[in-house]
Amino acid sequence: MHTLTPQTDLATDIDDVARLVNEDGERVADPELERWVADIDVAAVQGLYRDMTLVRRIDTEGVALQRQGQLGLWAPCQGQEGVQVGTARAFRADDFVFPSYREIGVQHVRGAKPADFVIAWRGEEHSTYNPYDINTATPQIIIGAQSLHAVGYAMGIQRDGTDQVAAAYFGDGASSQGDVNEAMIFASSFRSPVVFVCTNNQWAISEPVTVQAKFPIAGRAPGFGIPSMRIDGNDVLASLAAMRWALDHARSGKGPAFIEAVTYRMGPHTTSDDPTRYRHKEEVERWKRRDPIARIEALLRAQNAFGEDFQSDVAADADRLGAAVRAAALGAVSREPIGVFDHVYEEPHSALAEQRENFAAYLSGFATEAGTGAEAGR
Amino acid sequence: MTQLTMAKAINEGLRRAMTDDDRVLVMGEDIGKLGGVFRITDGLLDEFGAQRIVDTPLAEAGIMGAAVGLAFRGYRPVVEIQFDGFVYPAFDQIVCQVAKLHYRTRGNVKMPITIRIPWAGGVGAAEHHSESPEAYFVHTSGLRVVAVSNPQDAYIMLRQAIASDDPVVFFEPKRLYHSKGEVDLGADLADAAPMGLARIAREGSDVTLLTYGAQVATAMDAATAAEDEGISIEVIDLRSISPVDYRTVTASVRKTGRVVVTHEAAREAGVGAELIASVTEKCFNYLEAAPVRITGHDIPYPPAKLEKHHLPDLDRILDGVDRVLDRPNSMSGVREQ
Repeated sequence: MHTLTPQTDLATDIDDVARLVNEDGERVADPELERWVADIDVAAVQGLYRDMTLVRRIDTEGVALQRQGQLGLWAPCQGQEGVQVGTARAFRADDFVFPSYREIGVQHVRGAKPADFVIAWRGEEHSTYNPYDINTATPQIIIGAQSLHAVGYAMGIQRDGTDQVAAAYFGDGASSQGDVNEAMIFASSFRSPVVFVCTNNQWAISEPVTVQAKFPIAGRAPGFGIPSMRIDGNDVLASLAAMRWALDHARSGKGPAFIEAVTYRMGPHTTSDDPTRYRHKEEVERWKRRDPIARIEALLRAQNAFGEDFQSDVAADADRLGAAVRAAALGAVSREPIGVFDHVYEEPHSALAEQRENFAAYLSGFATEAGTGAEAGR
Repeated sequence: MTQLTMAKAINEGLRRAMTDDDRVLVMGEDIGKLGGVFRITDGLLDEFGAQRIVDTPLAEAGIMGAAVGLAFRGYRPVVEIQFDGFVYPAFDQIVCQVAKLHYRTRGNVKMPITIRIPWAGGVGAAEHHSESPEAYFVHTSGLRVVAVSNPQDAYIMLRQAIASDDPVVFFEPKRLYHSKGEVDLGADLADAAPMGLARIAREGSDVTLLTYGAQVATAMDAATAAEDEGISIEVIDLRSISPVDYRTVTASVRKTGRVVVTHEAAREAGVGAELIASVTEKCFNYLEAAPVRITGHDIPYPPAKLEKHHLPDLDRILDGVDRVLDRPNSMSGVREQ
């Protein structure tokens, strides 16, 4: 055995990535990615542009709603629309996706409805959609935990003998978690059809990626026996292509694949965060020039595919979605107080039934004094 | 009826559950060719194959998280944690995921996971191999927690746990693995007592002695010894410690007016604390004496040569019985402060 010595401090090299559209919106060739987007015509690129614009609108509405006191919290995804939309567009409907809380674009592409983006952040419910309706798990809050769920799901796929793929999305911070590393070991050992998407947005709240990694995160996967690709996450086309490669790899029985998408969290970690305390304005400005939506706009303009009709159509679409998201938040109705007991268990539970009964009796005590107990208990 | 050890009864319970439902699979460390360090899965690899008897990497969080994913996919994973003291790396997945996913998905995603844990002390084991962590799981909403005391219950309750659509933490007392008992292998789950019901292991009229797991046998010995002194102890094997069958428990306490709880786990915020608080709330006016806990000390599990001083034995239980009966020979009464 010889000594393996990595070159260190490459983790922040944001240019050592595969891409198909550069910062100026110019189409560039990539020998590995090219064949995975051979079928993508101008209309398809327009579709990706539309998706990203809609996702940004959902995000903008989310931030505004939080500022207006309609949501308790929001985790903005601005800047990450490229990787989210590009990778998610590569899935088949019957693949199963395990996103983190910031994957607004992934949820949108998978078919989440306007209310699905705001009801949980408003604090009404922990989740809205049934994961089986859109083959997408409830977004995970615990950092990296979902990576193992994706592997377990993929182990189930193997046992069922189908050609579906499971995927997990997590961030650069999560790459330090034991769960993510264990997930890669399980996936590799069992050769499970799972794709790991590490969205390296440079920041885990206030910690720069250099706290998590001294070597590109994609470089870890081969050590687990998993092929990986490091891409420009602000390039929606590269994201689509890389994900198609990864899904094909997993679907064809070759086991897991790993993508590190290098991108940037333009906003705060959440609406409770203040990034001015830990990062420079100049850095944010630099990344603004790499915006995933602007570069596709430039690409479409160069191809004469960004006419007024298209623009106004996308804008109208975004306005409709934005209004629907807003309406869903403003129109939300809280569950009855007694509903806090719902779904703790699937089967009858004597102790909880007793607590529920006692709480119901307590609530009904208010009914005689002022209206219904439900109102008084709120 | 067949004479089986508890280890064999659990083995047969797994075999039966896997035969009845092909979505059941078992995951754990060394459970394949070796048959598990306690041989609980002996023979199952040959019978069901490596797709259903899964030797996993040595990573408990990984096993538990993968089980969650399999449950998402509609499987019913049975996870073997090799030893009680090894469950902690899986704690996050158990508490944040296994216990909560049904709630946070509003019942859309079920977590029918059975977490089998070879459990507790008395076998002279190395450090971290004799722990009683049950209170952590009892305190976690969304989980059911059971502890078995005999081969018949082990056989039936394991099958019930696996058939349950809720996650169940299933504690198997290591020191009873080789103890034998009658098992009805043909038993139909439909006829069996529900997993959540306590069992009156011995009827009595003076003192209610509440316990579970391997401590049931010690409690029975104590009851036999007390009988010689004319004291009638009712021993209740709780079987399920979350939820507790308070109907059975309070009926007994109303009859006896005196309660002793015994378990191996440490005292502070333990299962005994919850039992006594609840019993006091539910039948305060029936109590003739302050309830007493006879438990392991509030210490890390001691070295094997000293464990007999930690585990509540027959004499310590009888001392507690003396205390609730206000008999003068009590040696270790809690002084009122």
